[in-house]
Amino acid sequence: MTPINPDQLIVQLTQWALSFLDSYPLVAVLVAILLSTVPLIAVFPGCFAITTWLERKGLARIQNRIGPNRTGPLGILQPAADGIKMLLKEDIVPKTSDRLAHFLAPVVLMVPAFTILSVLPFNRNMIPAAVDTGVILFFALGSVSTLAVFMAGWSSRNKYSLLGGMRAIAQMVSYELPLVLSGVTVIMMTGSLDTTKIVAQQQLSEWIQSSNAGLQCLGQIIGWNVFTPWGFAGFLIFFVASLAEINRCPFDLPEADSEIVAGHLTEYSGFKYALFFMSEYVSAFAINGLSTTLFLGGWSGPNIRPPWSDDPNALLIPGFVWFFAKMFALMLVMIWIRGTLPRLRVDHLMGFAWKFLLPLAIMNIFVGGFYYYAPRWHGIPVVGWPIGFLVMYLSYECIGRLNRGPKTAQRVYHYAS
Amino acid sequence: MLGIGILKGMVVTAKNFFGSFVNKRLLPTIQYPEAGNSVTLFSRNIPFLVYDNDEDPLGTMRCVACKICEKECPPQCIYIVMEKDANGKPAKRPKVFDIDISVCMGCQICVEVCPFESIKMDSTFELSTPDRFEGLLLKREHLLKSNTYFHKIHPDEAQEVDDRLAAKQKKPAPTPSTPAA
Repeated sequence: MTPINPDQLIVQLTQWALSFLDSYPLVAVLVAILLSTVPLIAVFPGCFAITTWLERKGLARIQNRIGPNRTGPLGILQPAADGIKMLLKEDIVPKTSDRLAHFLAPVVLMVPAFTILSVLPFNRNMIPAAVDTGVILFFALGSVSTLAVFMAGWSSRNKYSLLGGMRAIAQMVSYELPLVLSGVTVIMMTGSLDTTKIVAQQQLSEWIQSSNAGLQCLGQIIGWNVFTPWGFAGFLIFFVASLAEINRCPFDLPEADSEIVAGHLTEYSGFKYALFFMSEYVSAFAINGLSTTLFLGGWSGPNIRPPWSDDPNALLIPGFVWFFAKMFALMLVMIWIRGTLPRLRVDHLMGFAWKFLLPLAIMNIFVGGFYYYAPRWHGIPVVGWPIGFLVMYLSYECIGRLNRGPKTAQRVYHYAS
Repeated sequence: MLGIGILKGMVVTAKNFFGSFVNKRLLPTIQYPEAGNSVTLFSRNIPFLVYDNDEDPLGTMRCVACKICEKECPPQCIYIVMEKDANGKPAKRPKVFDIDISVCMGCQICVEVCPFESIKMDSTFELSTPDRFEGLLLKREHLLKSNTYFHKIHPDEAQEVDDRLAAKQKKPAPTPSTPAA
C-alpha cells in the first residue's frame, strides 16, 4: 500500500478500484475508459453551467445591472432554469433544410469539443489520454469545429446562416495560424508534443524536491513559460487567437446578432441550440486549458509537500485545483473582454490575423530560438531575457505601426464650430 | 504605446464591475415590487381634484365645474356634469367628474388652464386593474384628494398654490377695468 498522497488521491483510488479487475483485462480496460471519460462528461457541463451564470452576473455588473437574481439565491439556479426551458422547447427544423446535416452539425461540434479535453493533464498522472502528440491532436480535432459550424450554416438553407458559416470558416482558418504558431514556440522549447512533458518542463524539480517550503512553492511557479519573453508574447497571441477560434467577443462575427441574426445558430432551437451553446463553452474551456498547459504551468501552482510525506513529488493541494483555477481565471478574462470590447469589422478581423498576429507569432518563434541558445549565467537567461523582451516589444510596436492606415486629414467643420 | 486604449477600456469596465458592489450610483436598479419606487418630487402622471378640508371632501372641493379643462383636454378624457340644486340653479360644483386614465396622456394642460387651482397632477402610478373599462374610468370620488396629500407629494408646488390662494383672498378680486367708452 503506497502512502496516501493528497494530490494523487483520485489516481490511487482509480488504481485500487481497477486492481479488483486484474483477472478480467478486457473489462478492466473498459472500466478504465469509463473512469477517465465519465468525469469529463460530468464535470465540464457543470463548469459550463457555472460559467453561464458567472457570465450573466459579471456582464450585468459591468453594465451596472444586477443580473439574474430570481432563481435561487443570487440566481444560482438560472442555468438549471435555462436548461429546462431549452429542453422543453419545440425542435423546429426548416422544411427546406438538409435534414441530415442539420441534425449532425451539433453532434459534430460537440464530439471534438469533449474529445480534445482528454489530452489535457489535469494533474500528475491524471490525463484521460496520454498521447505523445497531444498538442497536434488537440489542434487537429479542434479544427473539426469549423466544419461543424459550416455544416450548420449550410444545412439551414438560410442566408444569414450561410453568411455566418462562411464568416466562421474565414475566421477560424485564419486564426488557426497564429494560434498554432504561438504554440509552436512552446513545443520547440520543450522538444515535445506531449502535454505532460510540457507541464513537467515548467516545473523546477530540484526546487520542488528541496526541503524549503518557500522554494517548493516558488519552484512550481517560476518556471512557467509565461514568465519568459517568448512565453509572454506567445500567451497573449494564443489568448487573442483563441478568442477568435471559439467565436467569442470581440471576434463573434459568425454569430453577430445585430448583423446576421445569429449566424449559423439562426435555424436551431431547443435541444440542438443548447448543444451548440454547450459545445462552444466546452471548447472555450478546452482552449483555455491548453493555454494553461502551454504557458501557465498546467496543474502546477503555489504548493508545498505535505509534512507527513516522504515522497519528494507529493503535493498538499491537488494539481487539478490549480488547473481549474487558472482555466476559470482565463474564462473570467474572456467575460471581462466581452463586456468591454465591441465587435470587429470583417476586414479588420482578417487584417488583424494576417497582418498583425501572424508576423508577431513568427517573430516569436525566432525570439524563442534566440532565447534558447543565448548564453546563460548560472542558468539564468541574463542575455536572452532582456533582449528577447526588447525584440518582442519593438516588433509589436513596429508591426502595429505598419498596420496603421493612411492618416486622413482632420475634418474641418465650416458651420458647426 | 499601441493597444493602451484597450487597457483603458478594460479599466473602465473593471471599475464599473467592482464599483457596483460598493457604490449605489453604479447600481441604480430599483427592484420595484419589493423595494422602493422611483417617485420623485417631479413625478406626474394623471390629474386629481384638490379639496381643502379633510373632513368634508365634497363640500370643500375647489372645482366649480367650469368645464375649461374638459374643453382644453387634448385627448378629451375629462367628462363633467355640473350639479344643479332643487330649483335647477347651477350649484357651482361637479355632479360627475370622470377622467378616463386609459386616454389621459399626462400632459398637464388641465392643470395649466384651471383658474381655481382645483386640478393638480398626481404622482401615483400603481393603477393597474383587472377591469380595463370601468376600472380605468376614475370617478369624482376616486379623484378627490386632500390638499394635505398635495403637500405631501409636491410640497413646493402646493405651498406656492396656497400662497397664491391666500393672496387672492386677502385683497378683493380686482374689478375688470371697463374699457373707456
